[in-house]
Amino acid sequence: MSTDTVSNATSTPDVEQPWAELGLKPDEYQRIRDILDRRPTSCELAMYSVMWSEHCSYKSSKVHLRKFGEIPQETPAGKMLAGIGENAGVIDIGEGYAVTFKVESHNHPSYVEPYQGAATGVGGIVRDILAMGARPVAVMDPLRFGPLDAPDTKRVLPGIVSGVGGYGNSLGLPNIGGEVVFDPTYAGNPLVNALCVGVMRHEDLHLANATGVGNQIILYGAKTGGDGIGGVSVLASETFAEGGPTKRPAVQVGDPFMEKLLIECTLELFQAHVVEGIQDLGGAGLSCATSELASAGEGGMYVSLDKVPLRDASLAPEEILMSESQERMMAVVTPENVEAFLKICAKWDVQADVIGEVTDTGRLQIDWHGERVVDVPPRTVAHEGPVYERPYERPAWQDELQADGAEKLPRATSSSELRDTLLKLVASPNLCDKSWVTDQYDRYVLGNSVLAQPEDSGMIRVDETSGLGVAVSTDCNGRFAKLDPYTGAKLALAESYRNVATTGARPAAVTDCLNFGSPEDPAVMWQFAEAIRGLVDGCIELGIPVTGGNVSFYNQTGETPILPTPVVGVLGVIDDVTRRTPIGFTTEMEGHQLYLLGETEEELSGSEWAHVVHGHLGGRPPAVDLAAEQQLADILINASRDGLIDAAHDVSDGGVAQTLVESALRGGVGARVWAPDGLDAFLFLFAESAGRVVVAVPRTEEVRFTDMCTARRFPHAKIGVIAGDTLDVQDQFEIPLSELREAWTQTLPAALG
Amino acid sequence: MKIGVVTFPGSLDDADARRAAAVAGAEPVALWHADADLHGVDAVVLPGGFSYGDYLRAGAISRFAPVMETIIKKAGEGLPVLGICNGFQVLCESHLLPGALIKNHHRKFLCKDQPLRIENNRTAWTSDYDANHEITIVLKNQDGSYVADEATLDRLEGEGRVVARYLGENPNGSYRDIAGISNERGNVVGLMPHPEHCVETLTGPTTDGLGFFTSVLKAVVAS
Repeated sequence: MSTDTVSNATSTPDVEQPWAELGLKPDEYQRIRDILDRRPTSCELAMYSVMWSEHCSYKSSKVHLRKFGEIPQETPAGKMLAGIGENAGVIDIGEGYAVTFKVESHNHPSYVEPYQGAATGVGGIVRDILAMGARPVAVMDPLRFGPLDAPDTKRVLPGIVSGVGGYGNSLGLPNIGGEVVFDPTYAGNPLVNALCVGVMRHEDLHLANATGVGNQIILYGAKTGGDGIGGVSVLASETFAEGGPTKRPAVQVGDPFMEKLLIECTLELFQAHVVEGIQDLGGAGLSCATSELASAGEGGMYVSLDKVPLRDASLAPEEILMSESQERMMAVVTPENVEAFLKICAKWDVQADVIGEVTDTGRLQIDWHGERVVDVPPRTVAHEGPVYERPYERPAWQDELQADGAEKLPRATSSSELRDTLLKLVASPNLCDKSWVTDQYDRYVLGNSVLAQPEDSGMIRVDETSGLGVAVSTDCNGRFAKLDPYTGAKLALAESYRNVATTGARPAAVTDCLNFGSPEDPAVMWQFAEAIRGLVDGCIELGIPVTGGNVSFYNQTGETPILPTPVVGVLGVIDDVTRRTPIGFTTEMEGHQLYLLGETEEELSGSEWAHVVHGHLGGRPPAVDLAAEQQLADILINASRDGLIDAAHDVSDGGVAQTLVESALRGGVGARVWAPDGLDAFLFLFAESAGRVVVAVPRTEEVRFTDMCTARRFPHAKIGVIAGDTLDVQDQFEIPLSELREAWTQTLPAALG
Repeated sequence: MKIGVVTFPGSLDDADARRAAAVAGAEPVALWHADADLHGVDAVVLPGGFSYGDYLRAGAISRFAPVMETIIKKAGEGLPVLGICNGFQVLCESHLLPGALIKNHHRKFLCKDQPLRIENNRTAWTSDYDANHEITIVLKNQDGSYVADEATLDRLEGEGRVVARYLGENPNGSYRDIAGISNERGNVVGLMPHPEHCVETLTGPTTDGLGFFTSVLKAVVAS
C-alpha cells in the first residue's frame, strides 16, 4: 500500500475516504476538509477521527461541563494548582505538599475483555497522575455489575476484579476503597471506574505542554504495537450491537511491570529536572499526545514516525498514530538534557527515543519514510473538535416514576418480621461483605494506608513526621439518580463528602466520573444535564471545586440505559492522621454511648429495602440539605480533633441497621440500641434519610459532645450503647454477631466460589 | 548497624522494609540489583514485589542479578538474609533455601491479616520471639504455596528449620502449613507473609512484625 502523503491528498481531492467507518459524521468530515482546505490524508483522518470521538472530545458533554467553571476554584485546604483540562487536578494541602487525584471510566473495554479492560483502566489513570509530576500513592475502584445471580456477572466480575488487582498489586499501589454495586441495568454494561491519588512537592508540578523551539520530543516506555487500535472511536463511543464482529482486538493489553518501571523512571527524571513538559499516552495514543502537547505549547511540533519503536514492524503509519499500546509516555526535553534523560531511562531498562522536536511553524507535522503524512493546526485536532448542543427533555415517564413512592409498600411490623428483614438485607448483594473482592487487592503496600475498605474513606499518610494525610471516598446511588438526577447527584456528593468528614478529614475537592446512557437519547441527555446542575449547585454550596473527571456515554444495552451513575469522589485533608476516626466498635469502646446525628424522615423510595424486599424503584429520593451536611462535617472533624468520639460510621444504603451491623462486625463488639422518641422501629432501622452518622462517644466526653451538638442546634439522639456480642434492638429482637457475620459474609463466596 | 534492602526492577515493598529497619533502630541502606557491592551492610532483606514482572516464574530472573551473586556468597559466610514473599521466591530460586513457591491453590491473589506460629525462635531473624509465639501479620501474594518433596519436608521438620507455620485455615495450599523456613545455619530465612507491614499500629494490623528486625540487630551484635 502506498503512503497517502499531503501532496497526494492535495492532488487527489475526490478519493473516497472511510470517514463513516471511523465514526465521523458527514458534517464532521466536511469540517476537516474546510480546516485543511483539502481532503485529509489517511493519517490525518485517523487522528481527527479518534480525537473528535465522544471519548476524547467530550463533544456531547462540553456545553454542560463548562458549568463546573462557575464553581469558585479555591478549596478549603488551599489553592487549586491545576484544574479541569490538565491530566488531573492538583490542590495545595499545605506543608509544601500538593495532591492530585482523578477518576476515569474503562467501562466498555472491561465488558469485552474483563481482565485487560480493568487492568488498563488502572494503568491509564495512574499515568495521568504520574504525568502531573506526582508519585501515585493509592488507587480505588468503584465497580458496578448486573445482578449477582446473572450468568454474565460470573464471567465479568471475577475477570474485572482480578484485572484491577493484578495490575494495581503489581504496581505496588494500595487499593484503599471503592464500591461494588449490583443492579440489573448494568448487566450488559458493567461500570469500571478507576481513581488514583498522587502526592508531590509543589515544585515538582509538571504540566503537559511543548514549549521552547528546538526542544526534543522523547517517546519512552513500551514499544508501539497493534493493540487498542481504534479503541477510542470504536469502543468508547458506540454501543454494542448484537451480531457485529468481535471487538476484542480493540482492547489494549497491559504490562504492569513496565508501568512500575515507568513510574520509578519518570519520578527520577523529575528529580533530575530534565523534563520541560510531559504527557501520558492513553486514549488515541500518539494522535492525542502530539496534538495536545503541541497545542498547549507554542503551537508547532515535528515528528518522524519512523523513529517510533514498534513491536510489529508491519504497522502502517495510520495504525501507529492510533495505537493505544499501554505504558508509554511522551516528554519534552531541552537538547542539553537529552543525554541525561536517556541515561536515567537506561538505568530502568526503559526504551526511550527522540522522535521529533518543538517548532515555530504553528503546525503539527509528521513524516513517514521521508514524506509528509500529517500537516495540521494542532488545536483543531485537540481542542477545536465539534461541540454538540444535544437536545434534552425530561422524559414523560419521570412523573409516573416519582408518583410511585415506596413509602406505601407493606413494611415489617412484628419483631420477628423486623429481624428477618434485617438479616435479609444484610445478606443482599449490595449490602453484604465485599471482602471476596477487596481481599484480592493489596491494601498495605507503601506502608501509609491509615484506613482502607470497608472504612468510610480510604486514608493515606502523606508525611511520616507531621502526620499530614488525605482521605478519599467515592459514592453514588444510581437509583436515587434515576428517581431525580438533580437530587441524586447532590446526594452522591453529600454521601462522599460525609464519608470523608466521618473519618475526621476536611473535604476539599471533587472528581467525578459521569456514567450515562446514549447522549443521542434526549431523556439520557436530560439526566446528564440535571446531574451536572446538581453537582455544580452542590459544590458551590459546599465550597469545594471539581478538579477533574471523566464522562462515559453510551452505557446501555439496546434501548435500555444504565441507571444514571454520577460517581463522585471527594478528597479531604487531615492535619494528623493519628486522630482518624474508624468505623468499628472494639472492646476498648464497651460502654461507649451511641448517638445518631441528623434527622430520620419517612424516606424509603429508592432504598435498599425497597429494592431487596419489594424489587421496587419509584418515588422521590431522600431530601438533601447541604447546609446540614456542612454542620455535620464540622461536628465530626471537631469531635475527632478534641477526642470526643472513638468511632463513627455514615448512614446510607440499608439505613441505621446496616451501619450498626458493619460497625459491630468490623470491631467485633455488639450494641444495645433503641429507636429514639417518636420514631418507629422500622424507620429507625431502614429509612435512608441523608445527613446522618452514628458516633460512639466515651461516657467521659458525653456532656462535651452533646453540648457541642446543642450549641450548633444539630439534631442528635442517644440510640444505645456498645456492649456484648449481639445486636440487641430493645423491645424488638436480638441477633448474635455470629449469626449476622454468617449472613453477611456468605453471599459473595456462595455466588462466585 | 546497617540493614540493606535490595531493589530489583518490580520490587514493591522495598520502601516498607527500609522503614521497618529504621523503626527497629537500624540504618536502612538501599541496595540496587545491578550493583554487586553490598556497601558494608550487616544484614540484607530481599523485599516483596513482582521482580521482573514474575512473568517467567516468581524470582527466576532476579536470582541472576549481580547483587545476588554477592549475597549468595556472603550468605554462605553467615550474613543474615531475610527474603519476604518475592524475596522468599528469590531465595528458593537461588538454592539458598530448598523447595519452591507456586500459585495459591485457590488461584487468586489474597491479602489478609494472617495468624502464624513462630516454630523456631533460634534463627537470626526470630530470636526476639518466644518459643511457639503466635503472631498476626499481613499475608498478600499470588504465588504463596510452599512445596517441596516429602524427604525435604521431613528434613526441614527434623532439623527445626520450619520457622513459621500458618494457623487456622491454610491460606494458600502450602505443604504442612509452612509460612517460612531457614537454612541449616539459621542466618537465611524465607517468609511468605510480610512483617515489614506490621511495625506501626497506625498503618498495620499489629506490630507483630517488628520482632524480625529487632532479632537481626541482636544477632549482628552477638556475632
